[in-house]
Amino acid sequence: MVLDFVIAILIVRYLRKTLETARLLPGWDKIFTAIFIASIACLAVSILFNPFEPVMKWVAHGLLLFLLYVLYTQNDFRSARSYMIAIFPYILVSLATDIIKLFFKKFYDSWHNYIDATIFFAVVWLIAMLIINKRQQKALSKEKQKTKEEEQQNKITTQLKAELEIQVKERTAELTSQKEELQHTLNELKATQSQLIQSEKMASLGELTAGIAHEIQNPLNFVNNFSEVNTELIIEMKDAISKGDFEEVKALASDIADNEQKINHHGKRADAIVKGMLQHSRSSTGQKEPTNINALADEYLRLAYHGLRAKDKSFNATMKTDLDETIGNINIIPQDIGRVILNLITNAFYAVTEKKNGLTSEKPGSKNLISQYEPTVTVTTKKTGSKVEIRVQDNGNGIPQKVLEKIFQPFFTTKPTGQGTGLGLSMSYDIVTKGHAGELKAVTKEGEGAEFIIILPV
Amino acid sequence: MKILVVDDEKDVQVLFEQRFRKEIRSGEMEFVFAFSGEDALLYLNAHEHEAVLILSDINMPGMSGLDLLSHIKQKYHKPPPVVMMITAYGDAENYKTAKELGADDFLTKPVDFAALKEKLKPTN
Repeated sequence: MVLDFVIAILIVRYLRKTLETARLLPGWDKIFTAIFIASIACLAVSILFNPFEPVMKWVAHGLLLFLLYVLYTQNDFRSARSYMIAIFPYILVSLATDIIKLFFKKFYDSWHNYIDATIFFAVVWLIAMLIINKRQQKALSKEKQKTKEEEQQNKITTQLKAELEIQVKERTAELTSQKEELQHTLNELKATQSQLIQSEKMASLGELTAGIAHEIQNPLNFVNNFSEVNTELIIEMKDAISKGDFEEVKALASDIADNEQKINHHGKRADAIVKGMLQHSRSSTGQKEPTNINALADEYLRLAYHGLRAKDKSFNATMKTDLDETIGNINIIPQDIGRVILNLITNAFYAVTEKKNGLTSEKPGSKNLISQYEPTVTVTTKKTGSKVEIRVQDNGNGIPQKVLEKIFQPFFTTKPTGQGTGLGLSMSYDIVTKGHAGELKAVTKEGEGAEFIIILPV
Repeated sequence: MKILVVDDEKDVQVLFEQRFRKEIRSGEMEFVFAFSGEDALLYLNAHEHEAVLILSDINMPGMSGLDLLSHIKQKYHKPPPVVMMITAYGDAENYKTAKELGADDFLTKPVDFAALKEKLKPTN
């Protein structure tokens, strides 16, 4: 009986607490509070005043049945129904026991062991269910907590996302402005590059100038000399005519004709040189045209030689050519390939001069070494299948492996500051590979010389 | 008088033969031509003491005129031929080097043939 009240108190307390009746169901809260107080009062009365016990028993049954009814019927308490299942057997058993005690005293006396056992089981059931419920409740609240945390997390994430979006926008703006800056710088660089290419062209033209002057001077000397000779010969011819010595006149006439041919030949030679020079300084048309590669190579070899010769009076080297006459004309951009050949030849002459100077300054006593060393630059052309090879070979110091890796990089130069732009070979490389779908290779043996090979498809 | 002309320009031969046609015809002068320093040395080795005057270009591929000059002046002592140097670059340095090496005269291109004839006459 005491147990009944305790159960009632516990259920009411539980309901108020878990369902938060004070806040959510104020009407029911009042009723529960009343039941709570009444239960405590009844409990106290039944303990203190034994005679009231039989009455209190039925009060307790009433209370519990009422609670059972409320839990079962009211939707507000749906979530607390698991408690109903927990207390239901006990209430029924307890009520049934009291009814049996009252009306079938005899039956109770003979069966009370079983009835007590039933009550015991109902209590066990109740306790077990309560424990299970408590556990479930705990798990549930944990789940709730988790959901709450997740929601919190989501909120934080959303906030972070918004912040990130702002940051991304800022970064994007920054990047855009940086991109614009870079574009601007790139444009400037492109402009500078074309200026550099122009100055590289001019530099190589400068190297050529003295050579060109020499190359033009020679034919001009011949033109002047032969025309002067012809003037003399004509005077002599007039004398011979007046003397009537027509044998002499014939001989003189044929001499004059020969000389005229020489004049014409040397005039054309000078003309070709000037044209070549103009072609070199002119920006490339980018147009491929049938070109005699042998003539081009030979012309630039001599121009480069005389150019260096004019600059450095002590400079001397043997020029060798081994030109394959079966090549004929090949389709190339003559200015560009001319520039490549000139660049390679100038480099070759530079290399042999370096070696010679090195021998002179390092071992001033060893005259033999110097006299044994013959600076030589060889230009070879050769047709192999569908390709034409142009080789520029020198017997200078060769290229160290470390340097070899970098020679085609822009601005790389081994020459003292101010003497090389470092663009010669990189431009040459571009002209051969990009402009002509060819190859430019360097083969070298340190101390023995270097060979540059241009391979062009025909 | 036998004159050896050394120049890498082959037309120099025709030019000299025309310029000095009278002297050649009269037998006053005889011209021999070499188109490189190496050729000149070969000729001099083969025909020692024949050429009394050598006219050499300085600027030639391979053995330069100055190399040739030093060879001649070192090897052909008695009597060394007269060597006149000709160059397209009338610069002081070449002039000085040529003189140091024992060149007897120095001419600049374009050769003034009238002046050259004048110079050749006294040696004749």
